[in-house]
Order: sequence, then C-alpha cells, then structure tokens
Amino acid sequence: MTLLSARGLSLRFGAIPALVDVDVDLWQGEVLAIVGESGSGKTTLLNVLSGRVTPDAGHVFYRDPHGLEHDVHAMPSPALRTLHRSDWGFVHQDPRQNLRMNVSAGGNVGERLMARGARHYGNIRAEAIDWLTQVEIDASRVDDLPRTFSGGMLQRLQIARTLVTHPRLVFMDEPTGGLDVSVQARLLDLIRTLVARLGIAAVLVTHDIAVARLLAHRIAVMQRGRIVETGLTDQVLDDPQHAYTQLLVSSVLQA
Amino acid sequence: MTLMLRTEGLAKTFTLHLRGGMMLPVLSGIDLEVHAGECVVLSGPSGAGKSTLMRSLYGNYRAEAGRILVRHGGEMVDIASAEPRIVLAVRRETLGYVSQFLRVVPRVSTLDIVADELITRGRDPAAAAVLLSRLNIPRRLHDIPPATFSGGEQQRVNLARGFIAGHPILLLDEPTASLDAENRAVVVEMIREAKQRGTAIVAICHDAEVRDAIADRLFPLTPAREAA
Repeated sequence: MTLLSARGLSLRFGAIPALVDVDVDLWQGEVLAIVGESGSGKTTLLNVLSGRVTPDAGHVFYRDPHGLEHDVHAMPSPALRTLHRSDWGFVHQDPRQNLRMNVSAGGNVGERLMARGARHYGNIRAEAIDWLTQVEIDASRVDDLPRTFSGGMLQRLQIARTLVTHPRLVFMDEPTGGLDVSVQARLLDLIRTLVARLGIAAVLVTHDIAVARLLAHRIAVMQRGRIVETGLTDQVLDDPQHAYTQLLVSSVLQA
Repeated sequence: MTLMLRTEGLAKTFTLHLRGGMMLPVLSGIDLEVHAGECVVLSGPSGAGKSTLMRSLYGNYRAEAGRILVRHGGEMVDIASAEPRIVLAVRRETLGYVSQFLRVVPRVSTLDIVADELITRGRDPAAAAVLLSRLNIPRRLHDIPPATFSGGEQQRVNLARGFIAGHPILLLDEPTASLDAENRAVVVEMIREAKQRGTAIVAICHDAEVRDAIADRLFPLTPAREAA
C-alpha cells in the first residue's frame, strides 16, 4: 500500500505553470528523487506534497500508521502540524530554517522529542547525545550553540533533529546543496545508511543526478512543472527515454 | 532442471533524441532460457548486444518489446513490466549482477561494501572478509575504500559483492577481464561452486579458456544494425 499518493496536482504562479497534472506514489521505505533543473517545479512539488503549499487542483493522500488515509490539504492545520512533528520530517537545504540557532545542539534534538510528549530530562538528553553521535557530532558539543558549528555539522544536526522522532516519511530539499564535496560524500553516506536502517520513506529534491543515484530507489524527472519520466533510478539514468532526461544525463560531467 | 529465466521475443532499440531521434536497433526476437545449475555464455562480436541483453535482463535497460521472466520465490515475474519496487525485490532476493566496473559510494571501506550485502539481508557479515581473502584481497586492504585499488583488485571487490549473497540467478559481465591467471582460477572455481548449488548463470566472457571452463552452452548474438 502506498504511504503517500498524489493525483492531478496543478499549480500556477501567475502565468507560470509550476505543476501540471502531477501524480506521485510513494511506498513505505521507498526513496523517491525528484530531479530537474532550476525552475522545473521540484521544490514546489515537495512543498505541495508536504502540505506546506496548497495546489490549485489535485489531492495528496497520506496513510497513517493505522491505515487511515488523510487528504493532506483538507486536514485542519493543527492536525497537519502534529503530522509534521511526529510522522513526518523535513530537511531543508539551509539547516538554519529548521534549527533554533539560540538553543543548544542537544536542545535542538531534544525539542522534537518533547514536542512529541517526552518529559524525562535525563532520557531526552541521553537520546539527543545518542543522535548527535549517530550523525558524527562529538557528544562533547551537546551544550554548544549551533552558530559555533560548520555548515556540514549544521546539516548533520538538522538530520539528527529530524530523525530523532523516527518519522515514517521525510521530505528533503537539496540536503547536500551548498556543502563542500568531501562533506557531501560523508553526509550522503550518512543519509543513505540511516534511511535504510530506519526504513524511512523519503521524497528527495535534488538537481544533482549523482545524489539521486546514490540515495533513491526511484526517480521522477521534472520539466516545466510536469513529470516527463519516472522509473527505477538506474534505469532512468542509464537508459533515459525522454528527450529531456537524455539531455540531463548526457550533460553531467564525468569526474 | 528448473527453469530460472526466460525471455520471449525480447527487443531493444535505442532512440537518440539528441541525434534527431536516430534509432539504434540492438536486440530483436531474443528467446533465451536458463535453467538452475547452468551457465549460458552470451557470444558474438563486439556490438552484437551482449551487454545490452544482460542489462535488460537486470532491468537496468528498459525492454522495448517482449517479456523477461525470472523465477522469484515461487513464481515467474516479468522484469520488463514489473513495478520498480518489484524489480528491486527481485534484485535483492533473486537476481545478482556483476558489472564490468565497480561503482561504489565514495569513502565506504572495501569490507563494508561487501558486508553490507549480508547486513541488509539480515545475515552474519563475517563471510565478507573470508570471500575477499579468497579473492586475494588481503586483510590490510579491507578497511580502505577501493577507489585507489588497481583495476584487477576493483574487479575482485565487485565479484565478492556480487557473489556474497548467493543469488539464485547471477549475471556476470566479463568477470575475469582484468584478472591474472591465479585470480581467474579462483573465479572459475567460484562459478563452478555456484553452479553446483543450483545457481543459474548468464555470462559474457571473451577469454576462451575461461569460457570453456564455465559454459554449459553458448547463446550466439548477431549484430542487428541498419538504422531505421
């Protein structure tokens, strides 16, 4: 059964079609990459799927752990907020959008647990430290403020904050964008390992085809608001069918 | 013998949109059958479509027409039309593929690359080091990512990763191409053992000596060609 499914999503920004009749299905534990160049509608699609932006037409359905299906855009906003705090996670390209910069690293991770109802300080702190270690941040930094962290560390802290509640579904917007290549490789391996181990489903927006190949089971290629091709990641990248995908794949520099 | 893999009327044409929609027919009307414990070697000149056929069998290339039936669990699954998550399940449980060149996540150690295949299947990862050592990758290299390895070493890491899970069907693209005589012999022995366990194998192999040692029969391919 699908975890998330979208039907007929359309959205215009004035004269610009940002989404045109987009369907998406995501299964439990599946990582779907949305690729395409800037302005193709990738981030808009992510925002609509996660209920942050309302489409002009179409529906997004989320199936909760009890098997009940929810129309994401028809949910009352407190219910949607609860979903974002518990079942869902969102990893932004800029970790500052998600982190509280004047709260300690441990506090940033613990806050998500508290929002879900955890109250025992010792347990929260222990779990925060455990997660900092999992994302390779030294436990001695638990009381430091995020502003003393490097870009790569901030991104890892954001991932710890997002995954600490064991979400079933994570939305990621260019999670490795803006990082040094060496930091990127480590972060990608971290995301890949954690997502596989926790069995998390993810929708990942990236303009970097190599990132999609590494992390995603399935890929959807967007051009001018439409999904022009979708399928198994290695199949779409090694045997692209659509003219735009062929252009995208053939334009990648070989390192 | 149990039929493990069968193609029916498999065809593959590449359409190059960036070359004005030029069509490159590579495969047509391919009917291949492979049984348990059997090794079929694809033969034919360069450009005949051997690798294309193998990649199609793996679902890496999209079949244009025909069916690719693979015995997965108790039933035959058509790789050509199956949903992506079904193809992934078939690859996890049933269908292994050793490509010509190693492709890995940067900075992951050699041992982890192989052990990961066992861990993700909930099995004891200890066998990974044993198989690497059998393929003459010494212990002192196990903790190093294979990026700096020689071509032959990388191929042996690739083989270890491909063989470790014991898939019932194995696709091997030039498994011994850059190996010396000693390592070729190890790989030939591993293929023999896999066949004895009932593994169905499809291989591409230009080395006549290795081919004679592993092949139960050849499956000849001829260049389709002539652009439409």
